[in-house]
Amino acid sequence: MIDYSYTIFIPLIPFVVFLITGLFGMKWKPEISGWLGSVGLGISFILSLITGYFYFFTNVTDHFETIIPYNKVWLSFTDKLHIDMGILLDPISVLMLVVVTTISFMVHIYSLGYMKGEKGFQRFYAFLSLFTFSMLGVVLATNIFQIYIFWELVGVSSFLLIGFYYQKPSAVAAAKKAFIVTRFADLGFLIGILLLSFYTRTFDFSILTNPNTSVFSSMTGAGFLGMSAITWAMLLIFMGAAGKSAMFPLHIWLPDAMEGPTPVSALIHAATMVVAGVYLVARLFPIYYFQTPDVLLFIGYVGGFTSLFAALIAMTQFDIKRVLAYSTLSQIGYMMVGLGVSGYGGEAGLGYTASMFHLFTHAMFKGLLFLGAGAIIHAVHTNDMEKMGGLRKYMPYTHITFLIAALAISGVPSFAGFFSKDGILTAAYHTNKILFYTEYITAGITSFYIFRLYFKIFWNKNTQYEHKPHEAPMTMTIPLVLLAVVSTFGGFIPFSDFITPDHIPFAEHMHWGVAVPSIIIGLLGIVIAWILYRKDNKIPARIVSALGEVYTVTYRKFYIDEIYLFVTKKILFNGVARPIAWFDRNVIDGFMVGVGTVTLKASKAIKGFQSGDIQEYAFVYIAGTILFVLTLLYYLG
Amino acid sequence: MSGFHDILLMKHELLLVISALVIIIADLFYSGNNKSGIINFSLILFFIITVISFVPTGTGNLFGGSFQGSSLTDFMKDILNVAVLIIFLQSESYLKKPENVEKVGEFFAIILMTIVGMDFMISAGDFLTFFIGLETASIPVAGLAAYDRYKSKSAEAGVKLILLSALSSGVLLFGLSMIYGATGSIYFVDIASKITTSPLIVIGFIFFVSGMAFKLSLVPFHLWTADVYEGAPVNVTSFLSVVSKGAAAFIFTIILFTVFKNIVHVWEDVLYALAVLTMTIGNLFALRQDNIKRFLAFSSIAQVGYILLGIMGTGALGMTSMVYFILIYVFTNLAAFGVAAAIYNASGIENISGYKNLYSTNPKLSLLMMLAMFSLAGIPPVAGFFGKFFLFTSAGNKGYFILVLIAVINATISLYYYLMVVKSMFIDKTDTPIVTFKSSVPMRISLVICAIGILSVGFFSGIFEYIMSLSSIIF
Repeated sequence: MIDYSYTIFIPLIPFVVFLITGLFGMKWKPEISGWLGSVGLGISFILSLITGYFYFFTNVTDHFETIIPYNKVWLSFTDKLHIDMGILLDPISVLMLVVVTTISFMVHIYSLGYMKGEKGFQRFYAFLSLFTFSMLGVVLATNIFQIYIFWELVGVSSFLLIGFYYQKPSAVAAAKKAFIVTRFADLGFLIGILLLSFYTRTFDFSILTNPNTSVFSSMTGAGFLGMSAITWAMLLIFMGAAGKSAMFPLHIWLPDAMEGPTPVSALIHAATMVVAGVYLVARLFPIYYFQTPDVLLFIGYVGGFTSLFAALIAMTQFDIKRVLAYSTLSQIGYMMVGLGVSGYGGEAGLGYTASMFHLFTHAMFKGLLFLGAGAIIHAVHTNDMEKMGGLRKYMPYTHITFLIAALAISGVPSFAGFFSKDGILTAAYHTNKILFYTEYITAGITSFYIFRLYFKIFWNKNTQYEHKPHEAPMTMTIPLVLLAVVSTFGGFIPFSDFITPDHIPFAEHMHWGVAVPSIIIGLLGIVIAWILYRKDNKIPARIVSALGEVYTVTYRKFYIDEIYLFVTKKILFNGVARPIAWFDRNVIDGFMVGVGTVTLKASKAIKGFQSGDIQEYAFVYIAGTILFVLTLLYYLG
Repeated sequence: MSGFHDILLMKHELLLVISALVIIIADLFYSGNNKSGIINFSLILFFIITVISFVPTGTGNLFGGSFQGSSLTDFMKDILNVAVLIIFLQSESYLKKPENVEKVGEFFAIILMTIVGMDFMISAGDFLTFFIGLETASIPVAGLAAYDRYKSKSAEAGVKLILLSALSSGVLLFGLSMIYGATGSIYFVDIASKITTSPLIVIGFIFFVSGMAFKLSLVPFHLWTADVYEGAPVNVTSFLSVVSKGAAAFIFTIILFTVFKNIVHVWEDVLYALAVLTMTIGNLFALRQDNIKRFLAFSSIAQVGYILLGIMGTGALGMTSMVYFILIYVFTNLAAFGVAAAIYNASGIENISGYKNLYSTNPKLSLLMMLAMFSLAGIPPVAGFFGKFFLFTSAGNKGYFILVLIAVINATISLYYYLMVVKSMFIDKTDTPIVTFKSSVPMRISLVICAIGILSVGFFSGIFEYIMSLSSIIF
């Protein structure tokens, strides 16, 4: 048995770096903060890799133990109900540990080049460290309340990073939007936690996620509005997960969050924070599966709908980061589908395994796509793909790595995305045909929009640029190449040997019956994109005008933002807030002003007592004494 | 019975008497130009005895029960010592002024003598010791109030204080003699066992209460407060409102809890009325004040009204919440008085309307004043909130919900005038704010101590529990 107590340093190092950079960063040269952050995270990264190696490869038993190297009572309510702070290592937390530190480390190095010379460079690195710390706290949590605490910290650091360019009004608005939407979702999460802990009297995962536990027996009886308490609790907890993972209809914040610096988009809004919701569902998977299968199915449908919905929008967008943002929504939808169709034990757990696999591969190729997009934006100073074209000649490294990531997300065989997506599709095929066809179609759309993006940026017309674009510096290309390597070969990892719902490995088989059609539809998407966008031509414009309203509705993102605005502005503001404000201003304030006036009048009226005349003082003194004596004697009879 | 160990029970009193005498004698050796050297000498001496007094000595009584010492009384005396130390630090620059330098020795000696009186009161085991302590603590204070003897306001304050103080002492002594007449004893223990609600005892009790109410400036026995506080030098005012009142609250509570514990139902009614009057009238007067000293005088009247709520809780909780509140009250009020004194020393301004825009020129002082005002108003998380919270809890535990409601309404009213000070310093604009100045080193030390006190006493729950453990032994 290996002593894992060193894992405490993995989250602790970024935290210490955050404190140091936050407190003293402004006194140093900016580069020092950057290097300090990168070196610190490098150590965390190496420690995580070591942990991953020992955990997965030195295991001699037939299943993976859950190891808790640390668990301290932090806040004790009763003997049974207490909030702990600790570290929990099991297959999914170790996986996430590797993913988070890898991407975070890449982003740290990448930002040395990308953010160079920006005002607030130190602040950027301080926030980056804070985010990494918070995210690791979520990943390593031993109980649901610890997750909640770090969950909120993640939200705060995401808010700070989206609003990094705080002088830009759109960035501030996006930061607020992200914070409010996720915070609203977290309200549901908190109520869910309270419900769950109220009935089960514990926060602890080791009790909650034990399939044989009996703590839920009291929850099935209690009900509200026709659903049992446990259903409500798990549904509300999923609401929190949906907020962070931007599932429909709480997805509106993610596209706007692209206002943040691009490395942040890669780290937070592609690879780590947005999959926190998936991680939460995976963490609580035994509860969902054994206690509330209906909610699990619901999660699958939400994921399926979001993936199709977001993929459709992604086809029509022109801002390259927004295309990637909608693509992220779509891919997280895949992961949710994987969990939704999964069973427990043996090969039935394929959905769960594939979902985690896809989380891993997606983090790599989507991180790569975003970092590549960052390199492009860095070179041409715009997000608009209409103003790009022919960049393959200027940026060879970016071009090749971007192509690899695009092949990976399209599910072209031998690239990473193929294997994980295939796992999800297979699991869906065996349990839920509706979800299978949804995801099958989405796979085709995915490869179309990603190659539309690719061709428009790197081929298409030969745009004349004001400044000749040049390849990004070494600090930026190295992470691209490293991530490209993982995106190419990561798919060959036999995930079912490591990550399964019950921690017992099973042998996964290739289902060619599902794989071949999905390869075909993926290639079809690529071919259509090739025809339409390889060279500048009139066909796309003609298609757009032929589609008419359908295109407009999709381009306007199905008017979801407008619906939200209508609900908040027209209904909440006019219907609820205005009357309350009127009541506050006229009735409450009026009453308070009245009280104040009376008080001041009374104060004026008694002023005469304080005359300065000592005889009068003595008189009042004696009179007061006598009055007390008389009153008291009267009362005592 | 006597021996060195027993004498140690009186360590506070003995050390204070000795140092007062040492200061008077040392005063003779400082003359002419280095007259102000006595200030540093006294400061250091007093600092040393304050530290020595912290050494625990245990519980016991002396002189056949006339003097009683316990860890709780030691703690009370330590609070007074620390408060006086802060006041000494704050007085340094005032005393260095040329017109005062001749009479510096008196200032220290008188204050030390006054605390000796207070300490004896706190440890009194019979009414004779109590009364002698009371007079020792009262008469010299009149001298202090008239310390600026060439200023007519200061002289007026001294005269008013001595006359009304004599009146109240007379009434109080009259009351004590009635109680002696009815019970045949001056010892607390004996009286406690014989006390009844016969008219004689009730009259005696009320007379006693009115005497103490004078010290605590409870309404309607408070009228002297504003005039005296305004006339006396700032540091004397802070001594009167913090140390004098704190000591009076300690001894008043002790006597109510021991001597009159069998007629709780009588004194709780009296305190009920006094508390309502004191809080309300104190607040209503404070609303209109512009002079910072008068303002703090009335605010401290209202604060004592809240203390009565804690006393009405009775038992260990009542005692603890009272002592805890006074500890906070010391730091908070001395912070406010300290800032007022620093401003007065630098600019001569004593009016809240003169503090306009102070934040732009003296941000640190403004922030500390703000902290003190927040603490007085009871805004969490500063200490004042916790102090009030426990006082109200104590009364609430006894079922005085209406009284707590009245207190909360009063606290809300007080928020208005406390925040007016903050508004004046931070929001109101003026072209001629008080210019930036630097206070003396001792003043700054004292303000730092106060700031630490305000911020930390509320946060360390251990302090409350420590006082609770001391009180639980006795009550």
